[in-house]
Amino acid sequence: MLSQLEGSRAVAGAVVCCRPQVVCAYPITPQTHIVEAIGASVKSRQLKHCRFINVESEFAAMSVAIGASATGARAYTATASQGLLFMIEAVYNAAGLGLPVVMTLANRAIGAPINIWNDHSDAMAVRDSGWVMLFAEDNQTATDLHVQAFRLAEELSLPVMVCVDGYVLTHATERVDVPTQEQVDAFLPPYKPRQVLDPADPVSIGAMVGPEAFTEVRYLAHAKQLQALERIGEVAGEFAEGFGRHSGGLVSTYHVEDAEVVIVALGSVLGTIKDATDELRANGARVGVVGITSFRPFPLDVLREAIGDARKVVVVERAFSAGFGGVLSTDVGLAISDAKARLSTVVAGLGGRAVTEAGLIGVFEDALGDRLEALRFLDLDKDVVDRELARMAGTRRSGPSAENVLRDLGTVASGAL
Amino acid sequence: MSKAKTDGAITTTQPVKFYQVGSFAVGNRLVDPSLRTVQADAARTNAITSGHRACQGCGEALGARYVLDAAMRATGGKLVAVNATGCLEVFTTPYPETSWQLPWLHSLFGNAASVATGVAAALEVQGRNDVRVIAQAGDGGTVDIGFGCLSGMFERNDDVLFVCYDNEAYMNTGVQRSGATPPAARTATTEAVGREPGNPFDQGKNLPRLAMAHGIRYVATATVADLHDLEAKVERAMDFRGARYLHLLVPCPLGWSSAPADTIRIARLAKESGLFPVFEAVDGEVTAASGIRRLVPVEEYLRLQGRFRHLFDSSGAVAKTDIVARLQKLADANIERFGLLQPEVT
Ligand SMILES: Cc1ncc(C[n+]2csc(CCOP(=O)(O)OP(=O)(O)O)c2C)c(N)n1
Ligand code: SF4
Ligand SMILES: [Mg+2]
Repeated sequence: MLSQLEGSRAVAGAVVCCRPQVVCAYPITPQTHIVEAIGASVKSRQLKHCRFINVESEFAAMSVAIGASATGARAYTATASQGLLFMIEAVYNAAGLGLPVVMTLANRAIGAPINIWNDHSDAMAVRDSGWVMLFAEDNQTATDLHVQAFRLAEELSLPVMVCVDGYVLTHATERVDVPTQEQVDAFLPPYKPRQVLDPADPVSIGAMVGPEAFTEVRYLAHAKQLQALERIGEVAGEFAEGFGRHSGGLVSTYHVEDAEVVIVALGSVLGTIKDATDELRANGARVGVVGITSFRPFPLDVLREAIGDARKVVVVERAFSAGFGGVLSTDVGLAISDAKARLSTVVAGLGGRAVTEAGLIGVFEDALGDRLEALRFLDLDKDVVDRELARMAGTRRSGPSAENVLRDLGTVASGAL
Repeated sequence: MSKAKTDGAITTTQPVKFYQVGSFAVGNRLVDPSLRTVQADAARTNAITSGHRACQGCGEALGARYVLDAAMRATGGKLVAVNATGCLEVFTTPYPETSWQLPWLHSLFGNAASVATGVAAALEVQGRNDVRVIAQAGDGGTVDIGFGCLSGMFERNDDVLFVCYDNEAYMNTGVQRSGATPPAARTATTEAVGREPGNPFDQGKNLPRLAMAHGIRYVATATVADLHDLEAKVERAMDFRGARYLHLLVPCPLGWSSAPADTIRIARLAKESGLFPVFEAVDGEVTAASGIRRLVPVEEYLRLQGRFRHLFDSSGAVAKTDIVARLQKLADANIERFGLLQPEVT
């Protein structure tokens, strides 16, 4: 059903159609509208047979989901940023136990300095947690990925995180084809747990495992991710059959066939990158784009093939590893390690800084002209940084850097939520 | 309140006081079978079956078996247990063996209450209100790292009985101080050195009272020394729906440096000295307290435990500090607050 609505509402609508049985809510911007909308559906009895639980922390949210999932209920929650970090122990635990919880991550920067706007630092912090991590490029994909997420999670007994850019998607109102209950019911069978707490057939879940078996048990988590690598494309195919549109899959490509320079990225920035590509293509430049939908499992082979014979690969990342550089770039670098292509990392859009088409055209042009460094921070005001470094060198008690930078810029920080 | 004590039938129909009647004895064959303990029943579930790896004389192993067997009987075997990380979790499940004869889930150290909330919610939405949920944790997993989740579970009144096995320190990691460690006790992080040896006074949390402050239906304390009382409280807890809390004192021979054979005696002395008040509270009000049968000075309790050895000199006399007197004051305050020397309040 075509609707003009906020991304969060569209995601909530899809989740409600998936008939979750236990939903945990804890507020953190920019995720909150999603759980608010689901809560309203439960209260109005649009969504029946569901317990909506207002928990006291994100750690509890994921823990309640763990208990519910292990007791045979379909469990869902959503979070962002600090909330994800607050629950991180339970995030790893859900994956380690093989519980098919589905969570929306409304991507947001991590403090300090506290910042409510979009980047991917939160997702990168749980990269190795064992969750399947899918990134949405737009709100249609965000909506559809949730339906596929429950299917994948429950088939594989693995938790799935759907990463949706905070504000850029969660708060953007645009046209979305929201799945109908009939469509979802036909696509998503009821949850049949592999392991369940049942007095009729008692099992111990979460036992201690020593060195004699730990490697094997952990390898199974990897093996399941490899199964996910197979299933993600197939599930997207089955979704297309049932819903009449393509959404999901491992990667998406745009004009890569003959591209000299390929930009690789995650999430909503892909739209702007495609606009920049159109602009440059109109002038004859051979540029292309690969969007990674499945960040975990990471589609090394599919990505290598998509990048093809490009001579330059640029990874545009909304996160970085301080003291090193790109995070996603490391993975992309491995995919193309046998190719001749040169790799650059462009760190962009941190803490909600706009990634503009003009900025991206500059990146493409520098890449085409071999002027792009191995690591570039797009739009970095180097003068401001240098002045703060000078203050720090000059005075021991130079004070808090974030405040110094703001004072220097004469900017008043926007209210943090 | 033990059945033997509360049920007037025993004292009126059995004027002759047999040796074991009303005593702490467990396998008393002189009382009516319906009044015997669950543990005295050969057909008990053995919810934590033998072969686990607890230390000899472990109060926690004993306490957990008592609690779960009683809960299994009270629920007709329809019970799910959630466990925090800690000794109980570790000594019952070195993979691939497990002692648990009921569905059991361990997730993390600090989240047992929340995981249990999830289990209870899942049972409810699936129409399985017949299956009940117990969450269990050590004192560290209850009063310290698990307190946020526990407070949330209490406040939402989720249908969970939370049992704290209080051995008064972080035992699984080698006896470190917790918010439930008593003053003066030596732990690995409160060594018996300096001007105030052991754990400082005027710190720590009283979880039963905090639980009562949440207004939950049922709060009780108990020790492993009085099985009748403990089992009756578990059974009573299962009569209520919503959040319930049971705080069980479980001596730990390893952490307390006590003789394994003294576990029950030490638990009894904790109660008989007034240091550990045994009571019940319904809807936030104390409704019953187990009176002291034979009042003992706290030093009788302390003397059996190496963690308090610094309070005595080499001849065994109370050392020349005011520490034992200060501990006695704490016991006296409990006796006063709960009326522990008055005739039984029921
Ligand atoms: C988040 C976290 N912090 C610390 C630990 C280490 N740890 C495991 S068990 C334990 C002590 C448990 O103490 P308590 O809850 O009192 O139970 P006991 O072992 O005494 O029965 C600690 C500190 C952990 N597993 N997880
Ligand atoms: S250390 Fe204490 S609590 Fe742990 S198993 Fe040994 S006696 Fe029991
Ligand atoms: Mg302990």
